[in-house]
Amino acid sequence: MSVTAESFFGAYGGRYVPEVLVPALDELERGWAEVRGDATFRRELEDALTTYAGRPTPISRAAGLDPTRRIYLKREDLCHTGAHKINNALGQALLARFLGKRRIVAETGAGQHGVAVAAACARVGLECEIYMGATDVERQRPNVERIELLGGKLRPVEHGAGTLREAISEAIRDWVANVETTHYLIGSCVGPHPYPKLVAELQSVIGREARGQILEAEGRLPDAVIACVGGGSNAIGLFEAFLGDEGVELIGVEAAGAASLGEGRPVVLHGARTLALADDDGQVEDAHSVAAGLDYPGVGPQHAELRDSGRASYITVDDEQALSAFRFLSRSEGIIPALESAHAVAAALQRDDELVVVGLSGRGDKDLGVVAR
Amino acid sequence: MSTLVVYLVCTRDTAELARAAVDGGADVIEIGFPFSDPLADGPIIREATHTALEQGMGTRACLEALAETRSAVDVPLVPMTYASLLEARGYERFAADARDAGASSLIVADLPVDLHPEVKRVHLVAPTTPAERLADAGRTTDGWLYLVSRTGITGPRAEVSEQLPALAARAREVTQVPLYAGFGISSPEQAAEVAALVDGVIVGSAAVERAGRGGPGALNEYVASLRSAIDEVALGSRA
Repeated sequence: MSVTAESFFGAYGGRYVPEVLVPALDELERGWAEVRGDATFRRELEDALTTYAGRPTPISRAAGLDPTRRIYLKREDLCHTGAHKINNALGQALLARFLGKRRIVAETGAGQHGVAVAAACARVGLECEIYMGATDVERQRPNVERIELLGGKLRPVEHGAGTLREAISEAIRDWVANVETTHYLIGSCVGPHPYPKLVAELQSVIGREARGQILEAEGRLPDAVIACVGGGSNAIGLFEAFLGDEGVELIGVEAAGAASLGEGRPVVLHGARTLALADDDGQVEDAHSVAAGLDYPGVGPQHAELRDSGRASYITVDDEQALSAFRFLSRSEGIIPALESAHAVAAALQRDDELVVVGLSGRGDKDLGVVAR
Repeated sequence: MSTLVVYLVCTRDTAELARAAVDGGADVIEIGFPFSDPLADGPIIREATHTALEQGMGTRACLEALAETRSAVDVPLVPMTYASLLEARGYERFAADARDAGASSLIVADLPVDLHPEVKRVHLVAPTTPAERLADAGRTTDGWLYLVSRTGITGPRAEVSEQLPALAARAREVTQVPLYAGFGISSPEQAAEVAALVDGVIVGSAAVERAGRGGPGALNEYVASLRSAIDEVALGSRA
């Protein structure tokens, strides 16, 4: 196994990891290949998504955003634990149990993935340690408390900028040291192969549902599908079902201070060849966003390939625009979006497509402190 | 007699530190070209790396420091870094530039055996590496094989890894190249223990820490203590 064309998306992806991790990635790839077709596993995952996570989530027409257009929100904010992250967390927790691992490590940025992992581990019966940058611990306090209440051990990461990037590095270091007992439950479609594919597949339920729902509501496919991109898991989950629909424009929205697809260059970061904010020497630079979940200098390799192939396009929204969309959606629809998702809403408002699906990846309760400041 | 490899994070003082290490008995100097997100490294090397980057130790500055070190000492010099630096400069160009500046080989911590075979380098293998990959690494490595003595990151540990003897034995079965072991080795006693198992001992974090705290003098003294501990093993086995 190991290095095959399978592990790349065009020129991106692959497996750039210390040799010690290669067998674990092989094991993960084999394990996933085995269970993804297994009827018992599928049933267990379906059951968890339906009776525990609350799927399917609806699409809601947001007439208040713009009465002249038909903007639909795919409501991942209604998932248990408040974001799309639970789709992936449940799938990987069940996979980890199948692989015989008793311990989970994970990183979290905004804390949504950390909460989802802690909940999934509580349900499946696994030990759980969550790495979170110190800056994020401060700005996403409610999620820190939720993680701890759910039985997750929180490990603040003090070095560097104290954001998602350092949290991922630290989770990988933990995994390197404990690889035989531990599964690394990565939260986005980043990292070494097979993670980007595994996460995309577990999140693809978002787009499958949304595609069916919009066809049912409108009798046609949307003109555009819009989602925010940090690492890019909710976007890839929403995009996948529409990749073959040529008339549907796919638009990813990055934070202006974290535009890896807009301004990045090829680097090797967190186990994959991808695009990231970096200097001439390949040194990765700090990103900035008011939304912790977008505050990441890299991006999933599949998005880099979708950009190069032209199948998806990527634009940016700045902090102010996102905050203003956050308030506008709250007042006009009675939905408080996550600051991350507010970037996608802001982008939808700047466009004039008639029929649009916007990924509302999570709810904004966690951001009230940030917005008040 | 066992080979003693000393790792230093590349700074403007590398030539001077390398001379101190060689005077103390180092046979090979690894020079860490800093990377912003060093996944395989523990706190000591990570912090030294961070400081070096803040002081402007990008690839060009590192190549200059390498060339300066080349004229200061006459032992093999092996840059150790991460794939992102090679990605940015071009893999073959990076290797050629390093060679031109005096490198004998190269180590890339996050480039597994099967990626970029065009870059001749010293391969790393770990306790988790299966037999087939171990054999591939032994066949294609540049001169010697780097045994990562434990499943973990760099940094001093209280004990020599229990995983090392088995790894050394498995590597011996599939390759004739010298085996040097690193990760977690810091005290002279540990160095001696490792020297009894393999052909060379690699010391990283502990050397970086001594150099950072006490400069060339402290590094020289430390390396000399490792050297004599290792040499006693050789004398013991001869007797």
